[in-house]
Amino acid sequence: MADSVQDRVIAIIAEQAVLEPGDVAMDNSLEDLGIDSLGLVESIFAIEEAFDIQVPFNANEPEQSAFDISSVAAIVKAVEGLVADQK
Amino acid sequence: MRRVVITGQGTINALGQDVATTLDAMRDGRCGIAELELRDVDRLSVKIGGQVKGYEPEALFNRQQIALYDRFTQFTLIATKEALAQSGLSFAGQLAARSGVVFGTAGGGVNTWDENYRSVYEEGKNRVHPFVVPKLMNNAAASHVSMEYNLKGPSFSVATACASSNHAMGQAFQMIRTGLCDAMVTGGSEAMLTFGGVKAWEGLRVMSKDACRPFSATRNGMVQGEGAAVFVFEEYEHARARGAEILAEMVGFAMTSDAADIVMPSKQGAARAISGAMRDAGLNPEDIGYINAHGTGTAANDKTECAAVADAFGHHANDLMISSTKSMHGHLIGGTGAVELLACIMALREGVIAPTIGYEEPDPECALDVVPNVARDAKVGAVLSNAFAFGGLNAVLALRAVA
Repeated sequence: MADSVQDRVIAIIAEQAVLEPGDVAMDNSLEDLGIDSLGLVESIFAIEEAFDIQVPFNANEPEQSAFDISSVAAIVKAVEGLVADQK
Repeated sequence: MRRVVITGQGTINALGQDVATTLDAMRDGRCGIAELELRDVDRLSVKIGGQVKGYEPEALFNRQQIALYDRFTQFTLIATKEALAQSGLSFAGQLAARSGVVFGTAGGGVNTWDENYRSVYEEGKNRVHPFVVPKLMNNAAASHVSMEYNLKGPSFSVATACASSNHAMGQAFQMIRTGLCDAMVTGGSEAMLTFGGVKAWEGLRVMSKDACRPFSATRNGMVQGEGAAVFVFEEYEHARARGAEILAEMVGFAMTSDAADIVMPSKQGAARAISGAMRDAGLNPEDIGYINAHGTGTAANDKTECAAVADAFGHHANDLMISSTKSMHGHLIGGTGAVELLACIMALREGVIAPTIGYEEPDPECALDVVPNVARDAKVGAVLSNAFAFGGLNAVLALRAVA
């Protein structure tokens, strides 16, 4: 299941970055991928819709959010956590 | 060019249902932001707002009027009545032909959209009230004011998101200044605190769930408000000839566009509007004692605005006061510049600078005198009012005291 969350998150991020999923590396930051603040908010929305979860994220204080967006790997881990919490 | 003065003001907002109550609240640093009271509030993640409470439209308008007046139009008519009563102007003959109405609103009849979408989509109804269109249109408020008070000159509405009111008042100012009109009823209104209106803002992830704390290091977003403020702008000699009380003089206006990003503000665009308004007014940076900030309480706006003020004012940025009254009445979106102009006029007339409440901790990126938490007595001769909209549209007004 973990792979599946990872693949789906990467697909969402890749679409936002206009890249192929294979071009998204786990240690990339969203900035590396050319995703700006609007792209980030759109990605979070897409993740919420895809996994039917609520992502705690306030654009005013991203560093204080419980949702770590520092890298693709961090986002995948955070989404896995939220999906697990929901079960 | 002709001089333009303000001879009447009126308002209804979360701080009060008239000017006197609103100014008292600003002087006291009272917060009008509270729990929202609206249908399905439990499905919102943002549950606070600067809502007009204890408001009973049935006490002010008859059934036929309510069928035609969205909440934003009601607010406008209430504020207009107060402003025109203060000005003492009435419109007939040549004056009526040379007077008009320009109002800012971003959303227009949002309650009407919301209620009727609910009825056709959620409740499955196949018929809506015949007046839905004339009730929701953005120009409804301007039109009803023109009808109610016989204003027969140029009238229209301006929608530039959060800068709507400032753009509207800037138009009214220029129309009198250049000789197109002799008097204008102007300002703005917004009533977007509906389920759909708040939901839309939630989506952007820039809203605070607890308070609006502009310029504070602890700020975590904006808080929506609602209401209206309306002013009577009048040609100076016309006002003097009839012995009208002059509240302040509108002396400058500038508009710029960032031409950059649909939501992120630009320091250059804001700074150009600030400098432009001073230049248009013939004022030097040292003349400005107070700025009513856009100050939304978002991370992005407040630091960009402070950087723009520092750019436009140089050393004088450290000597002027800048406060955001949104901390008290919330962000009225298209109506916000109008309510904020009340604070500018209070500064000029009464020497009272409205505070930025909710201020907890200095932010090195907002290192200006933001008049934290407590109003201040200070004599100022000239002030600015900033508005910077989504879409990068900036509008800054300059006012001066009239001795």
